[in-house]
Amino acid sequence: MMNLDRTEKLLLAGIPILILLGFVLPEWVVNYIQVSLGTGLVALAVMIQMRAGLVSFGQGLYFCIGGYAAGMAGKFMGVSDIFILLIIGMLVSLFMAFIAGFLLRRYREIFFAMLSLALSMILYGLLSKLEVLGSTDGFNIPSPTYLGWAPEGDTAKHALYIATCIPALLCAALLNRYLRSPMGFIGEALRENEIRLEYLGTSAHRAVHIKYMIAATVSGLGGVLWALALGHVDPEMTNWTTSGQFVFISILSGVGNIVAPLFGTFILEIVRVYAVEASPNTWQMILGVIMLLTIIFLPKGLWSLIQRKKASAEETTQK
Amino acid sequence: MLTAVAILIDGLGFAAWLFLSSVGLTLIYGVMRILNIAHGGFYALGAYSSAWAIGLYMQTGSSVAFTYLLIPLMAIVVGLVAGLIIERGILRFMYGRDEVLMVLVTYAIFLILEDATKLIWGTESLVAYQPAYYLGNIEIFGIPYTVYKFALIGLAVLCGAVLWWGLNRTTTGKLLLVVIEDREVSSALGINVTLFFSATFVIGTTLGALGGAVTAPQISVVPGIGAEVIVMAFAVIVIGGMGSIGGAIIGAIFVGFARAVSVHLYPPAELFSIYLVMAAVLAIKPYGLFSLAQGRKI
Repeated sequence: MMNLDRTEKLLLAGIPILILLGFVLPEWVVNYIQVSLGTGLVALAVMIQMRAGLVSFGQGLYFCIGGYAAGMAGKFMGVSDIFILLIIGMLVSLFMAFIAGFLLRRYREIFFAMLSLALSMILYGLLSKLEVLGSTDGFNIPSPTYLGWAPEGDTAKHALYIATCIPALLCAALLNRYLRSPMGFIGEALRENEIRLEYLGTSAHRAVHIKYMIAATVSGLGGVLWALALGHVDPEMTNWTTSGQFVFISILSGVGNIVAPLFGTFILEIVRVYAVEASPNTWQMILGVIMLLTIIFLPKGLWSLIQRKKASAEETTQK
Repeated sequence: MLTAVAILIDGLGFAAWLFLSSVGLTLIYGVMRILNIAHGGFYALGAYSSAWAIGLYMQTGSSVAFTYLLIPLMAIVVGLVAGLIIERGILRFMYGRDEVLMVLVTYAIFLILEDATKLIWGTESLVAYQPAYYLGNIEIFGIPYTVYKFALIGLAVLCGAVLWWGLNRTTTGKLLLVVIEDREVSSALGINVTLFFSATFVIGTTLGALGGAVTAPQISVVPGIGAEVIVMAFAVIVIGGMGSIGGAIIGAIFVGFARAVSVHLYPPAELFSIYLVMAAVLAIKPYGLFSLAQGRKI
């Protein structure tokens, strides 16, 4: 009845599995899963825009807006309920994207990339000078409550982990649904040939605007989850180097599947820990080299390896 | 009145610095259609190498005067070495690909350069104040300014003039303009486009490194300066229209004065003002102030 495809089944089945893993795995792994679910959502947002040929070099903007909106709601209005925080973060991101979208939807290719970068840097410039919000240091966020229930210690950690897994994976499943919908396929048509799209009776501007708002909302959600996981926000969230990492993940994992960026983020987080420990000054160099190799040899990302394997397996069975 | 003079001089100073740091970027984009994020890496390489060379030279106890030769020399060395390695080693294989893809490629190169700088010179800050200090100070309406700042304004004007002359008054420059106009036709006419590409990339790299090299005496050179300057340089060249040298001049003046005004009237808005000018210009004229109308391809 729900017409779930494989990816959606995988994501929905992933919710209880991840929650159970939270009780089994060592604490530091659980922490990394939690953090990378937050950033993974932003990478997803970059990836769905990349499907339409739009490279957002400033997705950190909404990552930051989400985190700061939730943080400020807690700091100035005393809101600590996680559901309200999530909704605030998403709504503020959605609203900002609605306004910025009128400007950005007129641009494609490098202009889209650079203008989204400029917008994120406007916020960076603003936040790093605002002393009320702790300038470049940012500020801390108190731990959230759940409909009036305020757990402590280990229970609080588990509760927050569960409260991160459920919205993140549900959101990913919904995004998958979006990409399968007519609106989602317009994205691909947009990348291929915009003018023909217009002749077929759809507004390219409107499609870009909607896509941009969806991506922003997802990034806002990611921002709130990330900020709650770390208990802290700072302007680095909207610096272009942060946004660059999201682009890196979508390049590496490719635009083939929704699950890929989530996995990609997690693997990258784990690799980073060891790489930084082994040789702190070559981490970016490793990233750069991997990125170059991916672009040259695997233009569709690592996911295309899996797809190719699948395709060749099907071929042999048919024979 | 005093503030107005201060804004004027600081604005010109910022504009000169911005022009020097971004003209290489616009040149490379104009000729090769590559929006080169690695430009920030070249800026950092230039700053580090010149600060390092000045430091070594000053240890010998010789006259400061020769450091002014050392600065452009290091920029040229960086331009030749890094520019040639990257152009011949990586970019050559990517020509003709999507412009957005080239942004990602140069971003990857930028990441590599960032760590290469750290590996060569370490993560500690380098200071090479001597060239800026040596020229002394000058007082204008009671406000002290370093003479070095005025020397930079002069250098920016000189660079702009040489580039204009080179492009419009020499045979090679005119051939380059032909290449910019239409790559395929000029190749068919027998112009060695590959050679022009390599040369342009080396010159662009040298200019980026020069921007860093002349800035080094005024600041303490630390990791991460490349990431800051690249966004600034984008703002400059986008305002004037990417690929146009004249546009870079106008963009540098716009951004330079926006920054000077906010520094003197409302300091917290310093960074914010730059990108605000950029967003405002783009909202009105999407492809920059001096862009030409382009046909759509169906």
